[in-house]
Amino acid sequence: MEINMFDMGDIDIAWCPGCGNFPILKTLKEAVAELDIDPTRLVMVSGIGQAAKVPHYIRAHVFNGLHGRALPAATAIKSANPRLTVIAESGDGDMYGEGGNHFIHCIRRNPDITNIVHDNRVYGLTKGQASPTSSLGFKTPVQVHGVCLEPFNPLAVAIALNASFVARANAQDREQTKDLMKRAIAHKGYALLDIFQPCVTYNKLNTYQWFKEHTYYLDESHDPHDRMAAFQKATETEKLPLGVFYLSPDKPSFEDNTGVYRDDSRPLYERDVDPAKLRGLMESLVS
Amino acid sequence: MADGAKHERRDDLSIVLCGQAGQGVQTVEFLLTRLLKLAGYHVFATKEYMSRVRGGMNSTSIRVSHSEVAAYLDRIDILIPLGKGAVEHVASRVSAQTLVLAERDVAGDGPVVKSCRFLDVPFTTIASQIGNKIYSNIVAVGAVAALLGIDLERLTDHVRRSFARKSAEMVEDNAGAARAGYEAASSLGVHDLTLDAASTGEVAARLLLNGAEAVSLGAIAGGCNFVSSYPMSPSTPVLTFLAQHGGDFGIVVEQAEDEIAAINMAIGAWYAGARALVTTSGGGFALMTEGLSLAGMLETPVVIHLAQRPGPATGLPTRTEQGDLELALYAGHGEFPRIILAPGTLEEGFRLAQRAFNLADKYQIPVFILTDQYYIDSYYDTPAFDLAKVGVEKHIVKTAKHYRRYAITENGISPRGVPGYGEGLVVVDSDEHDEEGHITEDLDLRVRMVDKRLAKGESLAADVVPPTLVGPRNYRNLVLCWGSTYHVVKEAVERLGRDDTAMLHYSQVYPLYDGTADYMTQADRTVIVEGNATGQFARLVELHAGVPADELLLKYNGLNFGVEEIVNGLTGLLKDAD
Repeated sequence: MEINMFDMGDIDIAWCPGCGNFPILKTLKEAVAELDIDPTRLVMVSGIGQAAKVPHYIRAHVFNGLHGRALPAATAIKSANPRLTVIAESGDGDMYGEGGNHFIHCIRRNPDITNIVHDNRVYGLTKGQASPTSSLGFKTPVQVHGVCLEPFNPLAVAIALNASFVARANAQDREQTKDLMKRAIAHKGYALLDIFQPCVTYNKLNTYQWFKEHTYYLDESHDPHDRMAAFQKATETEKLPLGVFYLSPDKPSFEDNTGVYRDDSRPLYERDVDPAKLRGLMESLVS
Repeated sequence: MADGAKHERRDDLSIVLCGQAGQGVQTVEFLLTRLLKLAGYHVFATKEYMSRVRGGMNSTSIRVSHSEVAAYLDRIDILIPLGKGAVEHVASRVSAQTLVLAERDVAGDGPVVKSCRFLDVPFTTIASQIGNKIYSNIVAVGAVAALLGIDLERLTDHVRRSFARKSAEMVEDNAGAARAGYEAASSLGVHDLTLDAASTGEVAARLLLNGAEAVSLGAIAGGCNFVSSYPMSPSTPVLTFLAQHGGDFGIVVEQAEDEIAAINMAIGAWYAGARALVTTSGGGFALMTEGLSLAGMLETPVVIHLAQRPGPATGLPTRTEQGDLELALYAGHGEFPRIILAPGTLEEGFRLAQRAFNLADKYQIPVFILTDQYYIDSYYDTPAFDLAKVGVEKHIVKTAKHYRRYAITENGISPRGVPGYGEGLVVVDSDEHDEEGHITEDLDLRVRMVDKRLAKGESLAADVVPPTLVGPRNYRNLVLCWGSTYHVVKEAVERLGRDDTAMLHYSQVYPLYDGTADYMTQADRTVIVEGNATGQFARLVELHAGVPADELLLKYNGLNFGVEEIVNGLTGLLKDAD
């Protein structure tokens, strides 16, 4: 599929010039084009924040819901129509802060969706406060003495919950990021792709240069089926690993577990109530 | 006792079982109601219980009659206390005519027991002789059956069938316990509570269900195929019913991590073409209010079953109240239309729950089914629901290439597409949006979008369920009520026996029926009965119909109204008017 199939044409984009969201958007369009996903089969789900505007900038179905609530909506959309490709994409504040509880339980539920998180370690839309992933000591107009909360480690949490696919990318490495996106989308089950994204306006610490210097790619010596090794990689802080940390591929998806599609692949909107069954159920209430 | 009163008792008995949680009160309720119905009598049952798994004190009230019964009586004719303290728990309902059937140890010899008829039946000793004192409650079932004059074979057959899934030994022990209780009570020589024989055919074929089952069955008939909820009393039985039958009807059933997830799932499911329900209570619904507002903005349908209990906060978790009408009415930031249905009868619970899905889909708005603990937990027999009268109306369209989700239309309703059905893209946004669905800050467009959303509210008038008038059309006194109080108020007004007094019951409280002012201004005196402390429906009526009620009859101690209580209340209020 041509990448321009996903272009929105001449639209006003609300991101700052040089924002790390631009390479992520471009890479995503390439990834879905190369996977041959028709825009009418692709649903982009987000919450609130600068990253949460991504769905408006790519030609696809869009569910831009409430702050923090992308994952419950995405789970339901996929389970109402498993024929759709569902990507829940938003920022670290939306997914790990406001939506932290849903992040945990979505992993447990394991819907066949892709969860792309733009991780810039700062709040953009509300103008520069700390995010759950901000580094210790990071000073902001609110965290005036520097962040003193332990940074949230999404990969370690996901691995602890036996998530079926856990990976991290660096937005500026477009080829590697595209490969990770394609693997995450093609993966059956919940797939987390946390992407390091520089914020050029509010985060002067974690810059393009900083991410380049503080990351490295996992090589073939890392076995993503080894949960303890994955956890160890997720907790490294000196240099931050990139790539696929963990795979637990044999888990049934949430849609499979509902049982609703066992003998009938039709999405819910195509179905009708069986009047004979309804009558039978009512009559079972005679005594 | 006067002959007339005696006759009433033989035609309409109130039986109360009371004991600690875990003593089998629910088993007795289940066995007795079904046994009485099989024997051809109409039955009603409701329960009140404490918020604990073991201990405490719970009671079930059963009415049995030759005529239809569907309302709670304060009066008790037969009291079966199964645990110590049970008599005192229901003391305010006991009179000199109440027969207490119990073993002396359990009933004690306090002033309440001394003030009424007492018959010593050693349930526990009899149960122990059968093999285990846990059968005490089944012995009690047998004793009640004997007093009422139910056929012994019918009783033991019924007990055997009810325990058919247990081991053969347990089936026989239970049947033996029922028989022993029956024989013990038969030997007491009490005949004044024997019911006149009933013909068995007509009642036996009727449904026997509670409010939770009526709402759940209505939801399934409405095409519900997705339910996401978090357990909370008293709304949980709807979730449980749909989970138990979901497999047969292809319903996705998910217990969400919290109510926020539950409603966001339901909205996502509707967006993708499902017909979704959330079932919750006040505190849980409070967490859903941002999601409610999202449904308003996305113009995504959603059906919310809100089973009320007393608040604020955790309140009285297992009790009843009609205190969340204004919560449902005003919840959610911003301005958007909604519908609030409040079934009174079980048939309405079925029909309106079914209709809620069609209305939500048609107008693309949130629709509430507002019930409460009393409604959810009350059973009675009712004719089978007319399935020919209900049908799933789907309002989704196949999209064309340049589909615009929020196309401006005259009545505000934009044809609703779902992703994957047609060539168009379905774009929805919690931000203000353009006709395509994309985020906008064009303030002129903002005004057009607000007007479009509110226009849907204007067109709701066509589908308002009119209130039900019971009593004389040329009334001078009008008693208004809504939701679960239908049967108690109806019976109370009938008992008053005044040819100048009628009842007007609302099963849709919002938008309010536009003929309300006409109904009210015809009356010399209006009384609004509702189960809350401030008269929330009265305020709604005054705001939307422009007519204040003359009197309010309110209750907010956590229990439902009883028929006699309303009779007394109305007698006092209407006497002043005469």
